[in-house]
Amino acid sequence: MLQVEGLAKSFGGFKAVAEARLHVPKGQVAAVIGPNGAGKSTLFNLITGHLKPDAGRIVFKGKDITALAPHQVSRLGVSRSFQLLNVFPRLTVFENVQVAVLARLRQSGKMFTPARKLVVTETTEVLDKLGLTAYADRLCTSLSYGDQKVVEIAISLGSSPELLLLDEPTAGMSPEETRTIVQLIKNLSGSEGLTILLTEHDMDLVFDVAQRIMVLHQGMTIAEGRPEDVKKDKAVQNAYLGETG
Amino acid sequence: MSTLGLQKSKPGAERMFSASRVILLVLLIIAIVLPPFLSPYYLYLLTTIMMTALLAASLNFVLGYGGLLQLHHAVFFGVGAYTVALVLTKTSWPFWTAVIAAPIVAGFFALLIGWFCVRLRGLYFGMLTLALGQLVWAVVYKWRSLTGGDDGIHAIPVPDYLASPTSVYYVNLAVLVISLIILYVIVKSPFGLTLVATRDNPVRSQSVGVNIRRHQLAAFVLAGFFAGVSGVLFVLIEQSVSPSLLYWSKSAEILIMCLLGGMAVFMGPTLGAAVLVILSMVVGTYIDYWLLVLGLVLLLLVLFLPQGVLGFLQEKLSGRKTGEGGERDAAS
Repeated sequence: MLQVEGLAKSFGGFKAVAEARLHVPKGQVAAVIGPNGAGKSTLFNLITGHLKPDAGRIVFKGKDITALAPHQVSRLGVSRSFQLLNVFPRLTVFENVQVAVLARLRQSGKMFTPARKLVVTETTEVLDKLGLTAYADRLCTSLSYGDQKVVEIAISLGSSPELLLLDEPTAGMSPEETRTIVQLIKNLSGSEGLTILLTEHDMDLVFDVAQRIMVLHQGMTIAEGRPEDVKKDKAVQNAYLGETG
Repeated sequence: MSTLGLQKSKPGAERMFSASRVILLVLLIIAIVLPPFLSPYYLYLLTTIMMTALLAASLNFVLGYGGLLQLHHAVFFGVGAYTVALVLTKTSWPFWTAVIAAPIVAGFFALLIGWFCVRLRGLYFGMLTLALGQLVWAVVYKWRSLTGGDDGIHAIPVPDYLASPTSVYYVNLAVLVISLIILYVIVKSPFGLTLVATRDNPVRSQSVGVNIRRHQLAAFVLAGFFAGVSGVLFVLIEQSVSPSLLYWSKSAEILIMCLLGGMAVFMGPTLGAAVLVILSMVVGTYIDYWLLVLGLVLLLLVLFLPQGVLGFLQEKLSGRKTGEGGERDAAS
């Protein structure tokens, strides 16, 4: 579904991503792992169009999306959540998701219909799925950090993506909140059939949910494949897994 | 599915909402029956307030809801006024063509200026609005053969039925009410919700598929259009135009009105316009240094009422704490 080849991006001489390749098959959960500064977030920003690569190709469903702007990538069915909280703090939880649903259904430009009457069913469906219905009318900032991270994912789902990118979905979460997220990822992948690409620090989580793993080290892909194979890979053990134990 | 529950707003907010509706309705009725009891001076004062209120409300659409630092909104007001003046003095076209052309020409200028500005963010956006706006002012100021230069254009002919102060008053009232209703409907629409979203988090808005430049440009043009409508009203009241209409200090005045009334409340700028017009006209006749008074007002405002007068009142009445809750009402 997603194919990344020879992707490179430098910032003023620093090669954040030098030679990244990645293959995410439809319906699977894939994970990108690597130490801090390995270029994981840069890779995500390249895929979603927030950054333009210096070299390489990104292909989604057979279509080259390398040069597209973020809103165009989103409209093709790639949606992402962010590592740091990136919600609409002064909108309600309902409106947070509604903005995404409206954009997907190309209704953001409507001027003469009250917004509260539009796409209510679609928005409620996403809230129900993530257990946010009780918070619908609360301002996003009034929720706990963990719940806001769930809103973060809910916004991404509002775009009804085929490919969901999760940038460290459990960063800063308590073990209990992390378990909720893991369950959520499994549900989305299992019952919804969503293709998911995530980055994560927590190795247990990665090996728990991912069917495919890519290891990024200093901007280079040093291994890619099934979790068992990646675990056994010499280069990976030297570069990463060995260090952290 | 709890769809019903979702559509209901919080009880406090709802009470607030209907209360403010009743207040507005009462104000409207007072405004309709008042003119026979007013001296020409106060009639003129109220008419000017209504024209200015529309101008402030149009600025707040981009500034308060769009979060765009529009520092030179008066340009579109001036362009609207000059369009009416030029059509009525230089051509033999009928009156209504001037009235219809003015907001459209103002919107077109907003499209030109906005097209460049939406490529920038924050203060850079603001600096460019200021620079391009002053460029328009300079053209109006220097192009003596067309615009009359710093003399402006005077004795603009308006139809007989618009000659009396009372009829101008009612035209202003009707146009203000209709325009505010349209702006309010847009603020509540998906367009308005998405505009607030681009203000709060442009990056995320883009990620969910919003074309933020196009969205902001559309808001910019709409605001310019309504500033042009206000420019038409100005010509009806004064029957003259001068380059000071689109000088940057005029834009600063409108900005202060939005700050004074409260950018986060829909009717805030309207109240701000009323306060500032009254200050400049009433206080200005008794005290020579009315700018000093204005400075003091601004100082007190920034220190004690950063959310504006109406923002403060709404917060008090709905019993909510300062901060996010108050600002939230921008979108509600």
